[in-house]
Amino acid sequence: MTSFSGIGIEHYIVVGAALFVLGVLGIFLNRKNVIVILMAIELILLAVNINLVAFSAFLGDLTGQVFAMLVLTVAAAEAAIGLAILVIYFRNRGTIAVDDVNRMKG
Amino acid sequence: MGEDAFVIQLLSFYLFAFMVIASAVMVIMARNPVHSVLWLILAFFNAAGLMVLLGAEFIAMLLVIVYVGAVAVLFLFVVMMLDIDFAELRAGFVRNFPLGLLVALILFVELFVGLVAYNAGGLVPDSAAAAAQAAGAIDAGGASMSNIEAFGALFYERYLFLFEAAGLILLVAMIGAIVLTHRRRPDAQRSQQDIGRQNRRRPGDATVMKQPKVGEGVAL
Repeated sequence: MTSFSGIGIEHYIVVGAALFVLGVLGIFLNRKNVIVILMAIELILLAVNINLVAFSAFLGDLTGQVFAMLVLTVAAAEAAIGLAILVIYFRNRGTIAVDDVNRMKG
Repeated sequence: MGEDAFVIQLLSFYLFAFMVIASAVMVIMARNPVHSVLWLILAFFNAAGLMVLLGAEFIAMLLVIVYVGAVAVLFLFVVMMLDIDFAELRAGFVRNFPLGLLVALILFVELFVGLVAYNAGGLVPDSAAAAAQAAGAIDAGGASMSNIEAFGALFYERYLFLFEAAGLILLVAMIGAIVLTHRRRPDAQRSQQDIGRQNRRRPGDATVMKQPKVGEGVAL
């Protein structure tokens, strides 16, 4: 196994934190565009995965990677369902602007 | 580890980390969502590089295959299929920028403070690793096992039910996506499958017995 002489777990955690924050910022910035919001969610889940794998490697416990794979599965399922909802929303409304998704308000 | 290997590891870490973050910035900043998807693919590739550096080859390959090969391509399909006026969707971009940046900064500082607190505490990875090994967890490196071997041993034995649950989640997602997007077109008769009619159909409805006389045909 690699010995992590120079790069500590902190480096990876900082990368993960930066990715997570960028994902949240993406949701804030592209409030109207659902596609970019979905991509920002993918970024957030990627940050979670980096953290899980980093801890898994540095703690010497593979369980973190198992959970990373489960997160990956859920992310794929979420992307598929989200895009399906997006497609039928676009089919019905002709736009994907999410500002006015309040039809269910009654 | 030699000095050269150390430098190579350091350089590749900073290369991958910088590229991941730069592409993430481009994902949320790009004007065209198609470009966003392409930057997302680059981000996933570099994240896979980070995972390889961590010794998690299986997760890295999974990122490339599942994310780049399936999810990103799905995004590309949807972005290109929908005919959307993207300029209109960016209307609130500038207005939301200060608030978003503020929240992002606060969040990042909080996460960083959490990291500093983690380092200040007694949660040194080495002691935790020793504890984990004492608890019988399989070592990430394994004495003579490759990452994939150890991963499979752990996943198919201890976490078998989680594995099956993951399969179930994917099945539900697949059925859900099909049910959501499938639509019946009244005009396209040929592609319509009426399962009830198929099940009601009996051999008697479809075939008839005829005993034609010699020299005569059969009236259909």
